[in-house]
Amino acid sequence: MIDRLLSGDRPNSRPLALVLIAIALALAFAPFLFPGTKSLDTAARICIFIVLVASYDLLLGYTGIVSFAHTMFFGIGAYGVALSLSALGASFTAIVVGVLGGTAVAAALALAIGLFSLRVKAIFFAMVTLAVASAFAVLVSQLSTITGGEDGLTYRIPRVLTPAYKLLDMRILDVRIDGRLLAYYLVFVSALVLFLGLLRVVNSPFGRTLKAVRDNAFRAEAIGYRVIWYRTAATVLSASVAALAGALLAIWIRYTGPATTLSMEIMIDILLMVVIGGMGTMYGAVIGATLFILAQTYLQSLMGAAEHATAMLPLIPDLVAPERWLMWLGVLFIVSVYFFPDGVVGRLRSRG
Amino acid sequence: MSETAIRPKLVASSAGDRLRKAAPLLLAPVMALAGLIAIADPATWLTLTVAGLAMGLMIFIMASGLTVVFGLMDVINFGHGAFVSVGAFVGFTVLAWLTGWTENPAVMMNLAAVFLAILASMAVTGVLGLAFERVIVAPVYGHHLKQILVTMGGLIVAQQLIHVVWGPDAIHVARPQTLRGSVIVFDAVIEKYRLFAVAIGLVLFLGMRHVLKSTKVGLLVRAGVENGEMVEALGYRIRRLFLVVFMVGSALAGLGGVMWGLYNETITAHMGSELMVLVFIVVIIGGLGSIEGCFIGALLVGLLSNYMTFLAPKVALVSTIALMVGVLMWRPEGLYPVVKAK
Repeated sequence: MIDRLLSGDRPNSRPLALVLIAIALALAFAPFLFPGTKSLDTAARICIFIVLVASYDLLLGYTGIVSFAHTMFFGIGAYGVALSLSALGASFTAIVVGVLGGTAVAAALALAIGLFSLRVKAIFFAMVTLAVASAFAVLVSQLSTITGGEDGLTYRIPRVLTPAYKLLDMRILDVRIDGRLLAYYLVFVSALVLFLGLLRVVNSPFGRTLKAVRDNAFRAEAIGYRVIWYRTAATVLSASVAALAGALLAIWIRYTGPATTLSMEIMIDILLMVVIGGMGTMYGAVIGATLFILAQTYLQSLMGAAEHATAMLPLIPDLVAPERWLMWLGVLFIVSVYFFPDGVVGRLRSRG
Repeated sequence: MSETAIRPKLVASSAGDRLRKAAPLLLAPVMALAGLIAIADPATWLTLTVAGLAMGLMIFIMASGLTVVFGLMDVINFGHGAFVSVGAFVGFTVLAWLTGWTENPAVMMNLAAVFLAILASMAVTGVLGLAFERVIVAPVYGHHLKQILVTMGGLIVAQQLIHVVWGPDAIHVARPQTLRGSVIVFDAVIEKYRLFAVAIGLVLFLGMRHVLKSTKVGLLVRAGVENGEMVEALGYRIRRLFLVVFMVGSALAGLGGVMWGLYNETITAHMGSELMVLVFIVVIIGGLGSIEGCFIGALLVGLLSNYMTFLAPKVALVSTIALMVGVLMWRPEGLYPVVKAK
């Protein structure tokens, strides 16, 4: 049963399996284990980013393509839901319309970019996606009549998913059973289904062909696989899943703006999560996203404390200030690409 | 019978070939002409064209290093923007020290101050390029994927270090006295600084062409782009050559940064990574590894974005993407594809 669910791709390492089970259980019971708005929000973000990072890993780790447009697709999904909720009012029909519309646009755009630029060289694709993604971000903030510009869009979601709605008139383990809880489980279940779906994809014959393309495109072409077709298909699939993750984020935080979905900073976060977790393994996405978001939420206050503790010394307080968080991530990023290209998962597997 | 069959074929192909080679050269004039038709007002057009040329030449300065580095060693440096930012900040610091010279109305004093600022920032970014190549790029030769990731990491670290040294806020850069204000030519208002930028850009382009076409180092670089292994087999150390090119490329990016900072009069740590978008578009349009293609691409992008900022400001950046798409539909490997085998 479990083997079927995981598509036969077992963690293959006892510590890794334990960590994964712990993360899955923690996320599944997050509202009861860690009550409080901030921790529930963190848990939902982890779910969403696991899907986002896993879909990026399909490109980077399994197909060997570097794309800088992943946040663009993420943003398209989020804006799809945001626009349709603003235009059609807070209903589930609006959500469905938004999700379908956003995913379709993301898939079509990915198809266009893929057919257009994957033909020549993989490195072209990285440059083209970087240019297209930043043009898209600029366009979104310029077209402020539609997208709300830099301020973004705030909208209402169906009442069933808001804290105002009470499902049961009692508390379980001292937690109110309200619409927010429903929204969390909507996010959690969707993320779980999407993740298992991606796991199925990478363990299918299609996924194996992607790995063949990654390892030696020339040989794959010689055996008879149309490399461009496989690369484009992976791009479209990964863009669609990213758009779905964006839609989940839009529903969860009830706000969509350039800073939360389109910014280059989020793209770098995604890259870091993939590399830290381990490229070319879906479980890396789980570990990378969890570690990174926990660190992002809780480590920055620790750095603030370090800044105060070293306030007497020259230069050091500047280097450990919470705003310098990104710099240390950059260093960590370079170091992990050099020394741990397989990430946490690779390390755990090679030991077990 | 066979003669008549061959002869017309020969004539047709040579004419077509010549046209195909010359066609990209016509693009920039065609673009300028199209701009004139779209804008209709010659004075506005002249202002915008000079602005476009200035912008294009500055982007060319930044992009040239990137494209030669790629051509020579198959290394794409996503951290190239860091040199632009660092160059701009170093230039700003030097200009701030020399306030006495820049506020002086004497032309020579002003130019000397700018010259010193450029020299300092080129020296710093050149050394930085050396360190970047040794520490960050060298261990990942031959791995495109890792190169992209690692140089991106280097960019983040460099940007953050700028925050540490110069603070997180945007800084205002004052142009020296002589380069402020504008002159009026044929009813068109042209900023003096833009003319200065065009002059420096053209001198650099011609100088670069001279070095590449008529010196031994240039010959080695061009040969290395074409076939690196053969150059190595003939006894030249291509690694050392590459290191020099990388340093020169970084120094040029620093120069571009100073000039861009004076052009915009504001500098931020992110300016480099924002400019990289245009630089990549230019490099792709020109064809990876080609200096001439890069030059034409830069002019096209500069002109187009200035015309579009006037005609339809909201879609200015998107129009350069459309330009790139158009060029790639015409020539999938860019205007002058150099790196074919790799």
